[in-house]
Amino acid sequence: MARVFFGSALRRVTGGVEEVEVEAATVRSLIAEMDRRFPGLGERLASGGVAVAIDGEIMTDALYEPVPADAEVHFLPAMGGG
Amino acid sequence: MTTTAGAKITVDPDPGYKWVGTRPVRHDGLDKVTGRARFGADLSLPGMLIGAVLRSPHAHARIRSIDTSAAEAMEEVKAVVTGADFPMLESEEGAGGEEAVDFRDLCRNVMARDKVLYEGHALAAVAAVTRRAALAALEAIEVDYEVLPHVVDVEEAMAPDAPVLHEDMFTAGVDPAPEAPSNIASRCVYERGDVEKGFAEADVVVEREFTTRPVHQGYIEPHAVVADTGEDGRSVIWCSSQGHFMVRTFTAKLLGWSPSQIKVIPAEIGGGFGGKTTVYVEPVAALLSRKAGRPVKIVMTRGEVFKGTGPTSGSKMRVKLGARRDGKLVAAEAWLAYQAGAFKGSPVQMGVMCMFAPYDIPNFFLEGFDVVNNMPKTAAYRAPGAPIGAFASETVLDEIAEELGIDPLEIRLINAVEEGMTAVYGPRYRRIGFRETVEALQGTPHYSAPLGSNQGRGVASGFWFNFGSNSSATVHINEDGGASVMTGSPDIGGSRASMALMAAEELGIDVYRITPIVADTESVGFTDMTGGSRVTHATGMAVIEACRKVVADLRARAAMMWDVDLDQVEWVDGRAQHVDGDRAPLTTEELSSASAKTGGPITASASLNARGAGAAFSTQMCDVEVDPQTGAVTILRYTTAQDAGRAIHPSYVEGQMQGGVVQGIGWGLNEEYIFDPDGVMENPGFLDYRMPVASDLPMIDTVIVEVPNPGHPYGVRGVGEVGIVPPMAAIANAVYDATGCRLGELPMSPPKVLAAIEANGD
Repeated sequence: MARVFFGSALRRVTGGVEEVEVEAATVRSLIAEMDRRFPGLGERLASGGVAVAIDGEIMTDALYEPVPADAEVHFLPAMGGG
Repeated sequence: MTTTAGAKITVDPDPGYKWVGTRPVRHDGLDKVTGRARFGADLSLPGMLIGAVLRSPHAHARIRSIDTSAAEAMEEVKAVVTGADFPMLESEEGAGGEEAVDFRDLCRNVMARDKVLYEGHALAAVAAVTRRAALAALEAIEVDYEVLPHVVDVEEAMAPDAPVLHEDMFTAGVDPAPEAPSNIASRCVYERGDVEKGFAEADVVVEREFTTRPVHQGYIEPHAVVADTGEDGRSVIWCSSQGHFMVRTFTAKLLGWSPSQIKVIPAEIGGGFGGKTTVYVEPVAALLSRKAGRPVKIVMTRGEVFKGTGPTSGSKMRVKLGARRDGKLVAAEAWLAYQAGAFKGSPVQMGVMCMFAPYDIPNFFLEGFDVVNNMPKTAAYRAPGAPIGAFASETVLDEIAEELGIDPLEIRLINAVEEGMTAVYGPRYRRIGFRETVEALQGTPHYSAPLGSNQGRGVASGFWFNFGSNSSATVHINEDGGASVMTGSPDIGGSRASMALMAAEELGIDVYRITPIVADTESVGFTDMTGGSRVTHATGMAVIEACRKVVADLRARAAMMWDVDLDQVEWVDGRAQHVDGDRAPLTTEELSSASAKTGGPITASASLNARGAGAAFSTQMCDVEVDPQTGAVTILRYTTAQDAGRAIHPSYVEGQMQGGVVQGIGWGLNEEYIFDPDGVMENPGFLDYRMPVASDLPMIDTVIVEVPNPGHPYGVRGVGEVGIVPPMAAIANAVYDATGCRLGELPMSPPKVLAAIEANGD
């Protein structure tokens, strides 16, 4: 089961839940499952303003990325540099 | 371990590369030193008009009316545009150089509509046959302004009674949602553990306030564009930018055109540092050209660059840090408010995420506010947001170390993050080299060199994420066996050389037989901007992948010519070799010259969304001398150690490290936007906006640390940004060491330092 962690901003949607376990093959199915558990969260996570970190690797446009069974998943703001 | 300046510390065994890690003369060097390189302002076309932009004299005003009729009636004026000529865009976010870009805001920044939000805000533009005629036309435009109260200071902008810039902006990220609009665009929080309990466990707690001013990226080349929009609606744009695909996308969005209508040809770029990751005059020139039916050129003046393009934020910060007697950090608290300029989108969130990223702290509460104010919309600047936060956090950490009597480098080692630890911003670190940068400085002679009177030494560290994203490359084998390597990444830091080196390593041919080319938007696949320290990593991966396809093809051609199976052919030192060694090897030249008979030209492309970017850390040490009579600070000696993963071209890695430090020195000692009481910038030129020049500086000594990034075939980490994160704190800590005065306000210009010295003596 992958462990999904929610930062302060997303905890406002999860009702304060900081961490959940989920079985998902891809980021897309993980987001769908999150939306089922926390209605409205899916839209937030799938927006262009959100990046995902899987086992420490931060990725944008990661909807179809595989999620390893024991992965740690974080959602972060989409970032850019100079 | 003793480390000499200019050294390279490689953690893993030598991989034995032939080209990677060498220092060839850059391929574009001759053009640049002989003046043959073509920058944005160099192009002229037949029938070309000169464009000029009317800018607001007020910091905040409602536009009651704009009358352009007199300008349009002038014989030499061929086109006039105002905000009314741009489509009315809905709020829509897209990827940008700093945070997500709202195209409605970007459109209104490029050309004001209804209100002007800062002095210098564009509100009309003309195209005329000469610059003189264009300027006369600007004077003929009549604007009826209703001047409004303005606000520049970030705390004043947050006040409940502050003049509100956007009536439809309500603070995001707070519960309950506010009922009234304000200048606070958003609030972000990063937290862990129990902060109160953490501070209760601390033996020493330091709490300080900090103020920084807006500073400009200060690229030497002003924004410049030539646009030629034909009767068929197709537009060709030549410009200097950090991403010509970005110019295409943003221009199309702002004008309601299709990206396929627009071709952007990249000019050489005379510096960007993040400031050229957005558009200003490009859509304006394209629109003027469409109206006039002739090419239009716009070149900003230096004053326009300062007043009309993004600086980075000024800020107000409060930081509290607690540690046990043994030096272990146990709690941190921070409150950061960054100026965003006229539209939301300061880099405060990244400042919050980065400020304690080098350290393992069990309890923290870090809060950031993105605040709009009446100054130019901020743009990305090298590691956006991180240097500001690090100025505060690294200064407070220095004070903690002093209180505890622990060496400032040692306290960083005590708390250093390592692989597998959880970053302040959430995920665990993959392989990183922070500790190695600290140890590298401990090994330098600089660390133990004696200091004289009025002299001091300071250290500081910094973190930056580094990014991957989309890149494309195409590799052609030429008839002579050389190769052309085309990418879509503007070369702002020597990337042509690093692309050529990686191609040489993969193909096995001499680096000078590689021609690296920055290709236009119709000649290579989509490529994201040159920013986020991503090009050597991401575009490099595309080059490597394309080269590997080419090598596979070359082997297949050799197999065909020898009439053997593919697995009988290997690629060694740029030649196809039969595994049994019973045939004369075939060179790229021989294979290329026979290509018509074996399937046609040899070429391959690769496009990818690069994953695996490796985080960057830098630790720096600075010696200063402070003149007690004037407060002037002189940088005596500076050493910077940075984890580059693998330095593809060490000279350009060193150049990036040195460049970041020098910009940080300017930010720390002299640079600032100065506004008069009306919100008008008082120092929009290099005489009054004081950037350091070579004669102000010592040699910036470098130590390249190589802890390879497992996410890149050669171990590359981006190097362009993290170097600017530590300097302001390193200098402030050195000034303290020299004077006994803790300065919490940037820039540490002579009057401020002198005032602190005098106050300290009272």
